[in-house]
Parts: sequence; C-alpha cells; structure tokens
Amino acid sequence: MTGFTTNVQLIYVLAAACFVIGLHLMNSPATARRGNQVSIAGMVIAGVATLILLIHDGTVTATGWIVLIAGALIGSAVGLYAGQTIQMTAIPQLVSMFNSVGGGAAALVAIYGYYQVEHTGGVLGSTTVFTVLDVIIGSVTFSGSIIAAGKLQGVIGGQPIIFKGSRLLNLVLAVVAIGTAAYMLTTASLPALLIVVLASLGFGVMMVLPIGGADMPVVISMLNAFTGTAVAMAGFVIGNWALIVAGALVGASGGILTKLMADAMNRSLVNIIVGGFGTGDTAVAIGGQVDAPVRSIAADDAAIQLAYASKVIIVPGYGLAAAQAQHGVAELGKILEDRGIEVSYAIHPVAGRMPGHMNVLLAEANVPYPQLVEMDDINPEFARTDVALVIGANDVTNPAARRPGNEISGMPILDVDQAKSIIVIKRSMGHGYAGLENELYFNPKTSMYFADAKKAMSELSSAVKTLVA
Amino acid sequence: MSTALVTDLTIFVLALLVGIEVIGKVPATLHTPLMSATNSIHGIVLAGALLIGVTAHNPVGYVLAFIAAVFAAANVVGGYVVTGRMLKMFRKKAAPPPASRGQVSQEGLESLNGHKGLRGLAGKVGIGRAQS
Repeated sequence: MTGFTTNVQLIYVLAAACFVIGLHLMNSPATARRGNQVSIAGMVIAGVATLILLIHDGTVTATGWIVLIAGALIGSAVGLYAGQTIQMTAIPQLVSMFNSVGGGAAALVAIYGYYQVEHTGGVLGSTTVFTVLDVIIGSVTFSGSIIAAGKLQGVIGGQPIIFKGSRLLNLVLAVVAIGTAAYMLTTASLPALLIVVLASLGFGVMMVLPIGGADMPVVISMLNAFTGTAVAMAGFVIGNWALIVAGALVGASGGILTKLMADAMNRSLVNIIVGGFGTGDTAVAIGGQVDAPVRSIAADDAAIQLAYASKVIIVPGYGLAAAQAQHGVAELGKILEDRGIEVSYAIHPVAGRMPGHMNVLLAEANVPYPQLVEMDDINPEFARTDVALVIGANDVTNPAARRPGNEISGMPILDVDQAKSIIVIKRSMGHGYAGLENELYFNPKTSMYFADAKKAMSELSSAVKTLVA
Repeated sequence: MSTALVTDLTIFVLALLVGIEVIGKVPATLHTPLMSATNSIHGIVLAGALLIGVTAHNPVGYVLAFIAAVFAAANVVGGYVVTGRMLKMFRKKAAPPPASRGQVSQEGLESLNGHKGLRGLAGKVGIGRAQS
C-alpha cells in the first residue's frame, strides 16, 4: 500500500463513520432524517475518494471513463425515478430490487477480480476465499431477490411453489456451487467460475420460490443481510475498508431484523426456508368454538359502537395495505379522535410485507407515529379498550396461538380478544395464511363486518359523521 | 495470512459488533426506513464497481464495469431517495401547520421512544382538537 492509497483509505474511514452515525440517528423518528443526510454525506465522501483514486491511478482508459460515467448516470437515473415514483405499498418490492442489484454488483466485483487474475496469469492470493464467497452470496442474493420482488409484486404467485424433486434440486445446486468454489480456491479456472455463478443463481431462485407471501418480511430481511455480507466480501477482495464496514453494518442490520421477524412468527429460519406452510392442504378445524355462529354487523351499528367508545384500538394487517385502505383508516381514526376518543394503532411485528411496513403506510396516511404502538406495549391496553377494530389482520389475532398443537402455537399475538367489543372487517370468512380458522371471529364479543377494507372505511367514516352531526 | 488481511478481518468483526449495538436500538416503527437506509449504504459497492475501471482494458472488463456501475448507482441513489421520502412522512402530530413543523419535532425528544408517555399525550392532543 503506497502512502497515497493509505491516505485515501482514511477518507473511506470517514465515510464509514458517517454510516455508523447515520444509523445511530435512526433510533428515533425525530432524528432519523438527519441520520439519512449524514449517511448521504458519507456516501458522497466515499464517491469523491474513489474518483481521486481513479484519477491518481491514471490507468483508466478513455473507454473506461465513458463506461463508468455512463453506467453511473444510467443507474442513478433509474434509481431516482424508482425512488421518487414508488407507492408506499410497493416499498418491499423496491427494497428487494435494491438488494438484488447491490448483491449483483458485489458479485460482479469479485467475478471481475477473479477473471483478472486468471486473464493476466496472476497467482491466486489469500483473498480468493472471499472472492468465491462474494460470488456465491452475491449471485444467490441477485436471483433470490428478483424472485422475492416478483412474488411481492404479484408477477409470480405468492403461494409457495414446490414441485416434485425441488428440494433435491436445491441440494444439488448448493453442492455444485460450493464444491466448484472449493476447486476454484486452488486452480484459477474461468469455466469453474461460470459454474459457480450459474449454480448460485439457480439456488437463489429455488430458495425463494417455495416461500409464501406472508413469510416475505423474513425473506427480505435475510436477503438484506446477504447483500451486506456480499458487499463486505467485495471489500476484502479489493481491500477497501469502506465496503467492509458498510457491508458489516448492513449484514448486522439484516441479521437482527431476520431474527425479530422469525421470532414474531415463532418459526425458525430453516422452517421458513424449507417452506410447506400455507400450501392449502394444511387447513384444519380446531374444534370447540369454531362451530359457534358468527355475528355479522352493518356500518351503522359499527359506527355507533365506535362513536360512543372512549378508547379504540385499530389493528391493521396486510389486508389493509392490499386494499390501499390506509388513508381511509387514518381518516376514520381522526374523526374518532376529534370526538375525544383515545385512538391508537396496534402494530404486530410482521404486519405488512416487510419489517415496519405498516408504520410507513400509516405515516403516509398522516397518522402521527406516537399513536403507532408495538405489540408488547399495546397488549396490556386491550383489557380497557371499548372497541378493537381489526382490519385485514388474521393470524396475528388468533387466540389459538396460545394453545399448543396447531400451526401458529406459540406465535406472539395481539390480545384483541381482551377488548370489551371487537369489530372485524374482512371480505369473507376465508382462512388466514396459516390455513386456520380464527377463533376470534366466533367470540361472542366479536361482530364481523364483511366488506372490502377501503369501502368499509369510507362507509364507517360517513356513518360516524352522520351519527355525530 | 497477511497483515492486511488480519486488519481487514478486525475491521469487519468490529463493524459487525457496532452494527448490532447501533441497530438494536432502532424502534420497530422505523424498521422499514432502516432497511431502506442500510440498502442505500450497501450501495457503497459503487466504489468497488468504479475501481474495476483501473484495470479494465478489454471488452469483458468494460461490460462487467458497466453493469456493476449501473446496479450500484441505482442502489445508492434509489435507496437514499426512497428513505428520505419515507422519513419525511413520520410526524409526531397529524399535519401540523408548515411553519411550526420544526418546533414540533423539537419538543419532548427524549420521550419519542417511550410510547407509554406519548399515548397519554396523543390522547390529550385528540381532546384538544375536538374542541376546535
């Protein structure tokens, strides 16, 4: 390392410090925007340092410059357009695509590094193990994230896709990728590199296909961790501290979120990846209360309950996002608040399609964030709540989770059944993701309001308004 | 194992620990913006993509550099734009008048994570609004 490149490394360290401080500022919504700006500053610093390196090195050809600048400009334009136009309900897909391209770029860095060694007849260095790890993790992330985004967007069916021999194929792909990678460590071989890339891409596809839509919060978090790891590996390959630090930070973040999401579903990561959940053939009756009659309710009656309550908790689920009903919910919440009713929102960790998704949707609808309350904080509140309004949430409210012996046993749930009265807005009596009957619907305190969430919200809002006026 | 590699590994492990420490404190409310922010941070791979240019002197190198640059640049720019958009939406009170927005975010900073205190506050705010 020459004196000059050492000095540039110091600039990269400054950039890495900005990333850490930026993430630290995200521990409160009040400082989070500043955190993002600090992080951007770090990225600009790293960009400038890289340009200084490129110019100082002087070996970039004219074509090289054109290629790099054109690539950066095109990529920036695409990113800018996607970032500015994306709907908040579609954020999970976009995040997944960013995971994909990030992992892909990291893999390309390693692929090029390996190609360069082979091409110039150089000797495989001690970083080769990081090179192959980067190629494998980056490629798996690239293809896996595209499949995840496709599932979230609805291009690929959200149901788990499992065919005969798919698990065997998965195993074969993994063995081929890792086996060939081991060979690459000792012998520089381009065909081997190609095999590793293809097997890893195939494995990424096969890994995500059997995973169902409702498990996406876990999958996205995991792929996020993968991308971070791939970027850190790329940092080892090119000996760049900024990449190592940034990659490690992202890897840690993705890892923490993966664990939080898996815990919130009471499922292990292995169980989720192996899949087989919600395939449709797991529907079981759990006996007892499920034979009880269901009480249905109309907008006017629901409005009376809400308008004369003193404390209302709204329980939003993915159905709310799917129906684009977040603005309607927020409007109803505000009408109730204006009447002096205490309104809060109970947010289950896996509500939505990525960690914290529901919070963003409600924030977009102008719900103040102090009203968005996490599961552990809101659960004791249900007992003194007059009306719990459940919108598009199912399994996370099912009291069956408290008993052993069914698919969702042990999953932490929102104690909706403790409320004095419960209104559930749902399109039909269809089952939740786990294929279970929800015992909550048969609770004598529960009234079912069968309607599309968006329509129900506008009906309820106008009914409450009429009532109050 | 070279000294450089040991240094790199040390940095990696320490950064991992710092990440766990820092990110463990982020409230669930901000998990989506957090993931989006870390998303843009891993866009730092753009530096790696650009550095391909140093030794890329043939079509294979150019193609790989180009694709990597497109991917990484989309990652960085898109990630920051969408994170910024999301964070702008998080408000402590419903639609405050534009002039007072800055002050609103200043008051009660320390209690922002404490939902218990804020739930009472939210209730009071609601009652106050009802009279207007």
